[in-house]
Amino acid sequence: MDILRFATAGSVDDGKSTLIGRLLYDSKGVFLDQIEALQGSSTSSENGINLALFTDGLKAEREQGITIDVAYRYFSTNIRKFIIADTPGHFQYTRNMFTGASNSDLTIILIDARKGVLEQSKRHFYISWLLGIRNIIVAVNKMDLIEFNQEQFNFIKKDFLSITKNTKVDKINFIPISALNGDNVVSKSKNMPWYKSKTLIELLETAHIDEDNTELSVSRFPVQLVNRIDNDKVNDFRGFMGTLNGKSLKKGQQVLIYPSKFPAKIKDIIFKESSVDLISNSDSATIVLDEDIDISRGDIISNLTNINISNIFKSRICWMDEEPLDKGKKYLLKHSHKAIKCIFKNIISKVDMKNLDHIDLAENININDIGIVEIEVFDNICFDSYKINKETGSFIIIDLESNNTVAAGIII
Amino acid sequence: MSLSKYLQELENESIYILREVVAEFFNPVMLYSVGKDSSVMLRLAQKAFYPSKIPFPLLHVDTGYKFKEMYEFRDELVSKIGANLIIHRNEKAIEKGMHPAKFGVAKCCGALKTQALLDALSINKFDAAIGGARRDEEKSRAKERVFSFRDKFGQWNPKAQRPELWNNYNPIINEGESVRVFPLSSWTESDIWNYIKEEKIEIVPLYFAKKRKLVREGKNLIPLESNRQQKKNIEEVSSRFRSLGCMPCTGAVVSDADNIEGIVKEANSAIRSERETRIIDHGSNSMEDKKKEGYF
Repeated sequence: MDILRFATAGSVDDGKSTLIGRLLYDSKGVFLDQIEALQGSSTSSENGINLALFTDGLKAEREQGITIDVAYRYFSTNIRKFIIADTPGHFQYTRNMFTGASNSDLTIILIDARKGVLEQSKRHFYISWLLGIRNIIVAVNKMDLIEFNQEQFNFIKKDFLSITKNTKVDKINFIPISALNGDNVVSKSKNMPWYKSKTLIELLETAHIDEDNTELSVSRFPVQLVNRIDNDKVNDFRGFMGTLNGKSLKKGQQVLIYPSKFPAKIKDIIFKESSVDLISNSDSATIVLDEDIDISRGDIISNLTNINISNIFKSRICWMDEEPLDKGKKYLLKHSHKAIKCIFKNIISKVDMKNLDHIDLAENININDIGIVEIEVFDNICFDSYKINKETGSFIIIDLESNNTVAAGIII
Repeated sequence: MSLSKYLQELENESIYILREVVAEFFNPVMLYSVGKDSSVMLRLAQKAFYPSKIPFPLLHVDTGYKFKEMYEFRDELVSKIGANLIIHRNEKAIEKGMHPAKFGVAKCCGALKTQALLDALSINKFDAAIGGARRDEEKSRAKERVFSFRDKFGQWNPKAQRPELWNNYNPIINEGESVRVFPLSSWTESDIWNYIKEEKIEIVPLYFAKKRKLVREGKNLIPLESNRQQKKNIEEVSSRFRSLGCMPCTGAVVSDADNIEGIVKEANSAIRSERETRIIDHGSNSMEDKKKEGYF
């Protein structure tokens, strides 16, 4: 059993909350007493339960019938554990979608069968694609309202594929569903015999999880903390705690420490309180080196592959704060366990979210904008492009006046 | 034996979070409530910093109404692993005879849990408090961040939370403000039990079924110990606790699961939530309201 993390995206009233409610309800990811609590407050559904209410956690959300920001939901089948990042469709959707997709292996894009592909569907696809998600499920919902019409489904499919032509997304699965009635969600629909492929839950159970960077050749172990025990000269212990991103590291392997580029050998690896020969992608471990090198938080233990070391880099950012980007202002860049001040040296372009074209010479970047910028950091940082390594290729920007996270970025 | 893949992923993520707290804060503390989630969290903290000892103190917010077995278990475990345990009680309220039957559940919880917690955090100047709350437990907890910001009054503002991307957490706060950290965010009740089983983690015996004297109060089976004057509706049944809190507000469930395999089986097929046995959560929106005021 492994874990699949996925984000759900849809426009207002596409039935996203109903779909999540349906997944939880049919896979028993929601408990009976929670349903009973809802039955008191719910009014609008055939079977007496408003499935959408499962996902609205806050009082304000239930009052206003909106979803404020990302919520996380959990359910399991015998095959997988699932973590859903439920991102709202209408309220600052770009920022929320960006957040939800940052931790996902897959996106479900919902489309209302009556409305077809909307501009927002394109944006959801674009943001998923930017964040490296290569598993997309397009769920055409409310099929019951168009009499389960296969032609309309095929039309939507063709329309959607025309926008994704130029991207390298290997896998887009299209599925006709009715979240309200459960058609093709967990059980096969009797109303759509023409759809012969997998149900939604089967698609989720069998989706290939991109083991992030394991296919690639880089191993990055950013040092989180130094574990030091000073007993006496012989038994002093110095280990470097962190989480491996990328290719496995082995005991005895030659490594480089960035940014100093000092070479060393892995003398020991401690994982789960014992010494092991090898750690794999995403393992949290402690590495002991054979050389006594000055290493601190934010330095990177790496295999012999090159990393970029510079104080200027180009990046795609998503702006998340009400206050627009201020070109003269110093912000805090938090990147792979280093926090250093930075400025935005250049705004190169921003994306017109209507047609996904880049607008050159953009004047400013506002909330929910995605733009390409050049960032100057007050000291060198070690980074990869996001395509090569998500950990060393991504960062957040913090405004030091409000202390808020105001932007997130991926290095090009 | 190596862990199941999904549990290994959860363990890796939790250890990463615990290490981030130590790296980013001056004075962190881990809440320890003696329950199963605390037991898992404590075990994860041992693993995270091995071969060093856990680099932060534990804090038990004691209401005085916990089960005898919980106090015994706590003291034994803490001395065994050599942890630094701080116990904090709202003595003023305890002296006044604070009890849910007398003052109501909301008042009692507010004084003995929320106020006691906020006092303990401010007296000790803790800037980060690690808690074992899980997002699957309750609908407002599903909205929580891993690093969850609290203002100088310990309040949570769910409508204006910091966006949280990848595993890059924002630890920046001003003096007097704090962060609540939830390393078990992505775990479900069933994950917790499976982990306890696979890692052979010690837990309070109250989780295992045995014959217990209980008092029926509506839908709940409350331990007789909590109110010895009680004469009516006493039943002796094979039962256990799914979730542990204060005696007067913790219901037992009828069960024969007297070993960990039995509990795992029950957790995997549970159709009712564990919080149902916690009277403190009842009443509409009660968890959200309590959380806004500073509860975990």
